[in-house]
Amino acid sequence: MQAVQITRNGKPALPDSPISFSRKLNGGELFSARVDTLQVNVGKLCNQACKHCHVDASPARTEIMKRETIESCLRVLREFRIKTLDITGGAPELNPNFRYFVTEARNAGAQVLIRHNLTVIFEKDQEDLPDFFAASQAEVICSLPYFLEQQTDSQRGTGVFEKSVKALQKLNEVGYGTNEKLVLNLVYNPTGAFLPPSQTAIEADFKRELKTRYDISFNNLYTITNMPIARFLDWLRRSKNEESYMTRLVNAFNPSTLEGLMCRNLISVDWQGNLFDCDFNQMLELSLKEDLPQTIFDFSLEKLNSRQIATANHCFGCTAGAGSSCGGTVV
Amino acid sequence: MHYYNEEDLGRFGEIAKHKPELFEKFLAWYQACQEEGALSKREKALIGLAVAVTVQCPYCIDAFTNSCLENGSNMEQMTESIHLASAIRGGASLVHGIQSHNAHDKVSM
Repeated sequence: MQAVQITRNGKPALPDSPISFSRKLNGGELFSARVDTLQVNVGKLCNQACKHCHVDASPARTEIMKRETIESCLRVLREFRIKTLDITGGAPELNPNFRYFVTEARNAGAQVLIRHNLTVIFEKDQEDLPDFFAASQAEVICSLPYFLEQQTDSQRGTGVFEKSVKALQKLNEVGYGTNEKLVLNLVYNPTGAFLPPSQTAIEADFKRELKTRYDISFNNLYTITNMPIARFLDWLRRSKNEESYMTRLVNAFNPSTLEGLMCRNLISVDWQGNLFDCDFNQMLELSLKEDLPQTIFDFSLEKLNSRQIATANHCFGCTAGAGSSCGGTVV
Repeated sequence: MHYYNEEDLGRFGEIAKHKPELFEKFLAWYQACQEEGALSKREKALIGLAVAVTVQCPYCIDAFTNSCLENGSNMEQMTESIHLASAIRGGASLVHGIQSHNAHDKVSM
């Protein structure tokens, strides 16, 4: 079993918390239910370097999932009839085998979710992505932290908002957000050290503002809490917000979120094929428990269902308030 | 040395020490006032920020700024609420100028 990264820039890779997550569980443990989603991180390469990114993704990263690992993911999808493939990165579209992966997964009958950063459409050879997404009938989940430029660019980089708006308009043009078979969901992340608002309330704002200002339509907005690891943890420390943010998360701990946590229904795969309980554990190299299959190459659904989930203090990020998952709030 | 310490906001509960039943009543009232009702939680947070600036309480300003953000408000909306509170405060002073006019008129020929 791999250990949690001990340090990050000479400091602990996990945030300092006023109380440990295991203590909040009252000494209990967290167990998964049935795995219905394979979430595959196909690489850390990205055309952006967002301040809150838990992957530390950027244009400088070189970690990319190879074709044979993608083949193993496809074999698992087919053999175990896993309902959903959730493809993430980095910008997953920058993996040269991305389109093959999507196409074959759809041929295998899986629902395919693509975590899409919008601006990648403007990279070389990617301008036809909206058409490819539509032809595949993949569900597209796009990051847009706010409906205004200042907040979006402060988190994701100068010029990102303007490009994101153009990309959303292109997705609308091919039917995303309007054709019921082409689902377009957006993701809100707080642009700082605070919790997300009510998902219902902010979704209504996004729908009204994006329609009025840019004639953009979409299906659902997911609110996701910023995870206190990796680049966001660095920012918390630089801005002297680590203590107050962790206190906020701990004080907002909501035990009713535990049942719906995403780690209970998915398995996360890294670019080398290693398995984890979630994408956050993946980034911390917090492995599955020792007695479980460790890679996609020795995947066993029977062993991974009802497994004990590895937790640490970053898990307060998913259990605060209404909870947080790749599909938005939990309760 | 200054009188206001940021950490004291987190120690607010200590005020219950010598009179817990009164603090419990206050807290229940304070929290109930911020729940969703005829006004949304976001509207209430914006009102809270406006009042916080008006009473010039640094703890309240800190708390309600965060409350506004966690209810999805942006700085443009928050600044509008601050301006409204400040304008009312300014207007309240200004309208008392009529008292001065009245006093002047009373003693003047």
